[in-house]
Amino acid sequence: MSDPHKRSLLKLAALTAIAAVTLAGCGKKEEAAPAASAPAAPAKAEPLKVAFAYVGPVGDGGWTFAHDNGRKAVEKEFGDKVVTSFVEKVPESADAERVIRDMVGQGNQLIFGTTFGYMEPMLKVAADNKGVKFEHATGYKTADNMRTYDSRTYEGAYMAGVIAGAMTKNNTLGVVGSIPIPEVIRNINSFTLGAQSVNPKIKTKVVWVNEWFNPPKETEAATALINGGADVLMQNTDSSAVLQTAEKMGKRAFGWDSDMTAYGPKAHLGSAVINWGPYYVKAVRDALEGKWATGQTWWGVKEGAIDMVSLAADVPEATKQKVDAIRAGLKDGSHVIWKGPIVGQDGKEVLAKDAVADDKFLGGINFYIKGVEGKIPGGK
Amino acid sequence: MLELKLEARPQPSRFWSYGSPLLALALTTALGAVLFALLGKNPVQGLLVFFWEPVKSGYALGELMVKATPLLLIALGLAVCFRSNVWNIGAEGQFIIGAVFASGMALLADRDTGRWIVPLILLAGVAGGMVWAGLTAVLRDRFNANEILVSLMLVYVADMVLNYLVYGPWKDPMGYNFPQTKTFELVTQIPRLMPGSRVSIGLLLALLGAGALWLFLFRTRAGLAQQVGGLAPAAARYAGFSSRRALWTALLVSGAAAGLAGALEVAGPIGQLTPYVPAGYGFAAIIVAFVGRLHPVAMVFSAVLLSMFYIGGELAQSRLGLPKSITGVFQGLLLFTLLACDTLINYRLRRSAGSH
Amino acid sequence: MESYALLLAATLNAGTVLAIAALGLLINEKAGVVNLGAEGMMLCAALAGFATVVHSGSDWLGFAAGMGAGALLAALFGVLVIWLNTNQYATGLALSLFGLGFSAFAGIGYVQAKLPERVQHHIPWLGDIPWLGPALFRQHPLVYATMLFCAALIWWLYRTRAGLVLRSVGESPESAHALGYPVRRIRLLAVVTGGALCGLSGAYLSVVYTPLWVEGMVAGKGWIALALTTFATWRPSRALLGAYLFGGVTMLQFHLQSVGVDVPSQWMTMLPYLATILVLALISRNPAWIRINKPASLGRPFHPGA
Repeated sequence: MSDPHKRSLLKLAALTAIAAVTLAGCGKKEEAAPAASAPAAPAKAEPLKVAFAYVGPVGDGGWTFAHDNGRKAVEKEFGDKVVTSFVEKVPESADAERVIRDMVGQGNQLIFGTTFGYMEPMLKVAADNKGVKFEHATGYKTADNMRTYDSRTYEGAYMAGVIAGAMTKNNTLGVVGSIPIPEVIRNINSFTLGAQSVNPKIKTKVVWVNEWFNPPKETEAATALINGGADVLMQNTDSSAVLQTAEKMGKRAFGWDSDMTAYGPKAHLGSAVINWGPYYVKAVRDALEGKWATGQTWWGVKEGAIDMVSLAADVPEATKQKVDAIRAGLKDGSHVIWKGPIVGQDGKEVLAKDAVADDKFLGGINFYIKGVEGKIPGGK
Repeated sequence: MLELKLEARPQPSRFWSYGSPLLALALTTALGAVLFALLGKNPVQGLLVFFWEPVKSGYALGELMVKATPLLLIALGLAVCFRSNVWNIGAEGQFIIGAVFASGMALLADRDTGRWIVPLILLAGVAGGMVWAGLTAVLRDRFNANEILVSLMLVYVADMVLNYLVYGPWKDPMGYNFPQTKTFELVTQIPRLMPGSRVSIGLLLALLGAGALWLFLFRTRAGLAQQVGGLAPAAARYAGFSSRRALWTALLVSGAAAGLAGALEVAGPIGQLTPYVPAGYGFAAIIVAFVGRLHPVAMVFSAVLLSMFYIGGELAQSRLGLPKSITGVFQGLLLFTLLACDTLINYRLRRSAGSH
Repeated sequence: MESYALLLAATLNAGTVLAIAALGLLINEKAGVVNLGAEGMMLCAALAGFATVVHSGSDWLGFAAGMGAGALLAALFGVLVIWLNTNQYATGLALSLFGLGFSAFAGIGYVQAKLPERVQHHIPWLGDIPWLGPALFRQHPLVYATMLFCAALIWWLYRTRAGLVLRSVGESPESAHALGYPVRRIRLLAVVTGGALCGLSGAYLSVVYTPLWVEGMVAGKGWIALALTTFATWRPSRALLGAYLFGGVTMLQFHLQSVGVDVPSQWMTMLPYLATILVLALISRNPAWIRINKPASLGRPFHPGA
């Protein structure tokens, strides 16, 4: 091919590229006009636009998967009264603010942020958009148009502990910890409390992966725990790797966030699941009926947000009945998990006899109770 | 049978030096349109989300700049490195430590501190990045340890240092034990360029940096020494340029740039130190540097282009229901096509009528 | 005592993932080509392997699929780098990035999938020896295959003519070309082989090590494997040992946590990386040693008849 010929070919290519972008720009301007006028149109029985920001992929089979199931429950409940959308894998960084602002720009009236790290960005966007309602999961800061919600995962951990205490053969339990925030430490403690209630001799070992989701690392951590003697595992991480490792090595483990029976049929003892559906339906109903108000919500077994499901067939009948009793007790308020006397690792009492821990106490737990081995990373 | 042969040109084609990125972009766009069509989405809409939405309003442009600023800053530093044959893959780690040092400085401020703390915060970030890059330099200088490996390992180490600090000594005592420092006082906020947008003076710093780099590389003796010192140590020694100095300059400059970007990010849009500060900018900047062919002016454009891909990828989710991973596919495609098209700068495609 | 046997076993398993990839990359680099796209190749191969096992139920088919995926991507890389003379580092990075995005994209449908039950391996009789049995003889066949492969590679590289040709292509492609060897084709072969091995490593990861698929699951092991070839000064036995070292320190830090050692877990997580830097610094101290072992043309493009 001769040079002049090639030169003109390139010119053609460049012109085509420029033309394409220009045409696209023209096309967009036409689209932009109707989009701009939409918010001005009167909101008459228009569906409520609800948006969800997820930190992980909807297919993670764990945390985000559970949230997305909640979103689907909303769609099922309200049909064409709502229009839902989501953005997944939004990092807990400066990017989050942009995504949430964009959700507002897209006309969403109710926005759910499903991880702690969205707290500051949501606050900023909420301050700028007083007419939009924001719901933040697992956080602690609120505003007039932003409220927080969380689930009492520790109740699921406690019930798992009861089963673990009954099933362990060598009184050594293991937990694969994700990130050492109060929620996870509380879960480890609650797991231990549950096990101690049926088997006072157990001890709990903890290994931290310092991430929410990293299957190879979770596998390695689970292997280390099993090699160190643990025969029943619990996790606070988001994948099924821990359960699968237990399956491979002939030990037992629990599913977390969602029902993980299929991933380790022989190892699976039960799954501590979170059901966001009931809360999401309530929140959307609040918004639809104009009853939305700020506050802090923490739902558990009582409201249907937490459960221990799919217990294995070889769990003794007595244990199954105990779990059922606990579940019923949590539902009607007669069973309290965090009731004194509870003793810390150093032997000092952290909760006096018969004292009941309030939500404030529970929210700030940064110590291990007696029976848990090791030190909290960065803790005192 | 027609055979295509690559024939070396007598000298690099100036024409293709400019044409190649355009051709690559056109090819990526075309491939992207095909990809959208295959996924059942409207190709035009898909391309709009990536190329028009991120620039269609003042706010959008501002967000684009917020994303592009750290990319450009880090890329400028990397350009010095790569031009000197020093392969600093660990800019992410230098970014993190820059953010850490800057946070340390910011945490010293209280409500009555004056604005003078802002330049100190930025300088602290620069220092942090330089210290971290200096580690790589020392190991290469004294122990001959390969800088690719060392700088990369140090990224993981830096991440753990950050984690340790926010879970431990620097954790906000009022923060319910969550891993983050307290929010920095308002006075430490990097000044914004205009109200209503998150763009900070960091953008100006980045553009100034691009200009300074251009001068350095193409108009100063030191710049020439830097590149020769790195690329051809024997020749350099002959000409009196030190390859050792080239190594240290390259790493310290890129460390400084990455550290500055870290400081701007943590004292700017984020406003506190969290475990999520590492956003992958250090790695994305490598692509920015290459797509901009290590040239300061071109890197400005490539930073903007890559930011468009990032933001477009976010928007593609909510607008089109496409998965986020499409951003990576696009970026990879762009880089591949660019590298392929770049061949045309030094080689001619000749069709030879098969004579066999 | 028992737990140390298990720690050793875990080390061998963890190290094998790294070792297979590192040996493949070593073959690459012996021929003078650096492929920074290891992470991308491993990811695509992990997906290919996993998907194949989901559909076919056969692990070995999965491994083959992984090797094929790796080889294909490596071939693409090879054509760009060897025939179009694109910058090796940049092209490798592009491959990594593309592989990450593409595997995430293509793998969306497989995230909830699970494989047929994984088998625990146990060499009869040998696996029952106290301590040594659990430590060494209860591994997946690929663990042993890797060790054998390493030995075979050493023999091939240093004792056969073909290995000599490969090495000379890496040392001085110009001389090899002058002697009439098809340098570019040899390089491509090396690159494709390296890619196939990276692919095998990726498939092992998703089919045996952590039997599930999730995007980004290689989580940096590709980069570690690359680091290991340099760390090993391009000698296969060192690459294997380096892989075990890294895998070992990784498992050790978890083990120490579970035993309750009073050190913040973040410092523990840093250990493998610090260990790698330290050993590298010690090894590299002698520049002559590096010069002797590093393939002289590493990273540089080759122009035949220039």
